[in-house]
Amino acid sequence: MDFLVFQYPMITVQACLDGILLGVLFALIAYGMALQWGVMNIINIAQGDLVILGGYIAYFMYLYGIHPAWGVIVAPIIMYFVGIAIYKLVINKVVDRDLFISILATFGISILFMQLMNFAFGADVVLANSGYGTTMLFDNNVVLPNSKIFSAFISILFAVCLVIYMKKSKLGRAIRATAQNARAAKILGVDTEKVYAATFGINAALCGVAGALISITFTIHPYMGLPYTIRSFMIVIVAGLGNLPGVAMSGMGLGVFEEFADYILGTEFRIGSVFLLLVLILVYRRFKLSRKREYLK
Amino acid sequence: MRLNKIILSFVSALVILFSTSVASFAKVVGDKIILGAAISLTGKYSSNGVHTQNGYNMAVDRINSMGGVKVGGKTYKFDIIYYDDESNPKRAAQLAERLISQDGVEFMLGPYSSGLTKAIAPVTEKYGVPMVEANGASRSLFTKGYKYLFAVLAPANLYLDVAIETAVELNGGKGVRIAQAFEQDAFSQDVRLGILDAAERTGSKIIIDDKLPKELNDMAATLVKVKQMKPDVLVVSGHTKGALTAIRQIAEMKVDVPMLAMTHCDAAKLSKQHGKNSQYALCASQWHKSLTYKDDFFKDGMTYAADFEKEFGYDPPYQSAESSAALLVFKDAFERANSFDQKKVRDALADTNMQTFYGNIKFAPGGQNVDKPMVLFQVMCDAAGKCENKVVAPLKWASAKLIHPVPKWSER
Repeated sequence: MDFLVFQYPMITVQACLDGILLGVLFALIAYGMALQWGVMNIINIAQGDLVILGGYIAYFMYLYGIHPAWGVIVAPIIMYFVGIAIYKLVINKVVDRDLFISILATFGISILFMQLMNFAFGADVVLANSGYGTTMLFDNNVVLPNSKIFSAFISILFAVCLVIYMKKSKLGRAIRATAQNARAAKILGVDTEKVYAATFGINAALCGVAGALISITFTIHPYMGLPYTIRSFMIVIVAGLGNLPGVAMSGMGLGVFEEFADYILGTEFRIGSVFLLLVLILVYRRFKLSRKREYLK
Repeated sequence: MRLNKIILSFVSALVILFSTSVASFAKVVGDKIILGAAISLTGKYSSNGVHTQNGYNMAVDRINSMGGVKVGGKTYKFDIIYYDDESNPKRAAQLAERLISQDGVEFMLGPYSSGLTKAIAPVTEKYGVPMVEANGASRSLFTKGYKYLFAVLAPANLYLDVAIETAVELNGGKGVRIAQAFEQDAFSQDVRLGILDAAERTGSKIIIDDKLPKELNDMAATLVKVKQMKPDVLVVSGHTKGALTAIRQIAEMKVDVPMLAMTHCDAAKLSKQHGKNSQYALCASQWHKSLTYKDDFFKDGMTYAADFEKEFGYDPPYQSAESSAALLVFKDAFERANSFDQKKVRDALADTNMQTFYGNIKFAPGGQNVDKPMVLFQVMCDAAGKCENKVVAPLKWASAKLIHPVPKWSER
């Protein structure tokens, strides 16, 4: 066990900032997952693969001399239609079925996407260079790559736009109505089929944005999607469905927690500690739930 | 009684099956020596799998066109049966089994990566099939007592050993402070063991020892530690992901460290993807085209690289060069054994002592090549931003002088 956090106090500031910047990006992916989970009751295992596909869009723009930051606009547009296509081909056949069926279906899509991306783009690890510099704080003791700040800013921007869209627009209201009670919404004239397609499309578009940001800040590879799926799944589990501030908070919270686990327990326990936290939260929730049930008795 | 009948018919069916398949065994058909190889043509290792296959094919064509293999006064040509192992160890083991028991292959070439070689080695060992492999460097391959496994490359624990020794030498023989970050996979952990040995031998101290997750894409935490604790050497190994992530984040976070040593730089196309940011990185390599080893088939590294580029359209990474060398080793062993008996070929392989364009080859009892040191190259860029890898250590092969310490980011 290390006590670097105490030996070098600036590490604490660095860890908090790193965690928050990372967490915001994950929260964006998780928000998409929460949205379609809430509306369609589908857990999308292919979430991470959609992210990576978005990343490849930005990467190819970069290869052809366009600044990868434009991927933030282009990737969601392309990914929206990819999302609609996936919905029409597969998801609409499993949307009213058991949760297990949808997990199997999206797992299949995930494998298919991985192999197709590998086939189309090759198995090399790639990245897009944004050329953004670095921000130094506190006498150069805290460093923040501008690409990470840019990612966090864009993630927040998209999240805010989406929240406003959900509240104000007709489609947004229809999506929220369907999430609350699909049958009632249908009776009242909401075309739920269209709502489902749009929801899946919006989720894919969010993944596209996140992917473009990841290609600028980290690296992409056809088989790197699963960790993003797992991470967003955990954020949603911790936050609960339909709870946007909760998703943002749990995203950042997990990001910071992970950074501190790294400094205190060591890098090898970084991911393990997040899983441990997840188990503890689930146990705690169950405990709370069972007490509520006793009341009811 | 009925049960006996069933057992009897089952056994006779097995006997028939075996006798027919034995009849189809064919190690050498006409004038062809058929070798088998399971290679990752799809899946996550497919880039390096293709490099491996290109290396094998290039050597087969070259040897065949230059007179083939002479055994017992007759001339034979090489041919290879390939299967795609999908970068999956289980599949690789199945395919090895299939190559040996169905296709009748009696000599094997290795797959790509330590993990897949580890999956195949028990199968070739069970059937007594000699395997010359060129892409499995994990130390654990050579400590299991395998008798039929031969690797033309230096084991993983020697990859970055040279870097530590060079750092100590530059420090006036005194030990240095080492920071290391390794992915948690068999290969990288073997590289780590090598560093631990080197640190103990040279009296160096390891001040950061991070184990990175397999799906690593962020090593900011490690680099923050490096920034605060200021080690003399930073060592990173995590395949291409590790190399790319390290360079990106070191440049973004402006981490100053006098020496940065890593693996998989050329596979990651570091200088192409990162340009000047990758400058001064030291990279461990099994081979570099500027080395002056020679043989009769490919002449030397430079000629090999030129021929390879003409045929496949890209500069050969060391994965291709070592794969070509595997074929040269087989040819040499067949001719010395003067037989296709697996035991005799195996013994001839064990006695190998030759020079190829790729390096000297001589196997230790464990099967690893002990006669070829690793080389370190440094990424060096000119003012126009064009970067090149130049060999800097060991001194005997150096084509440029090591730049040490690495200039600070503020001065670049």
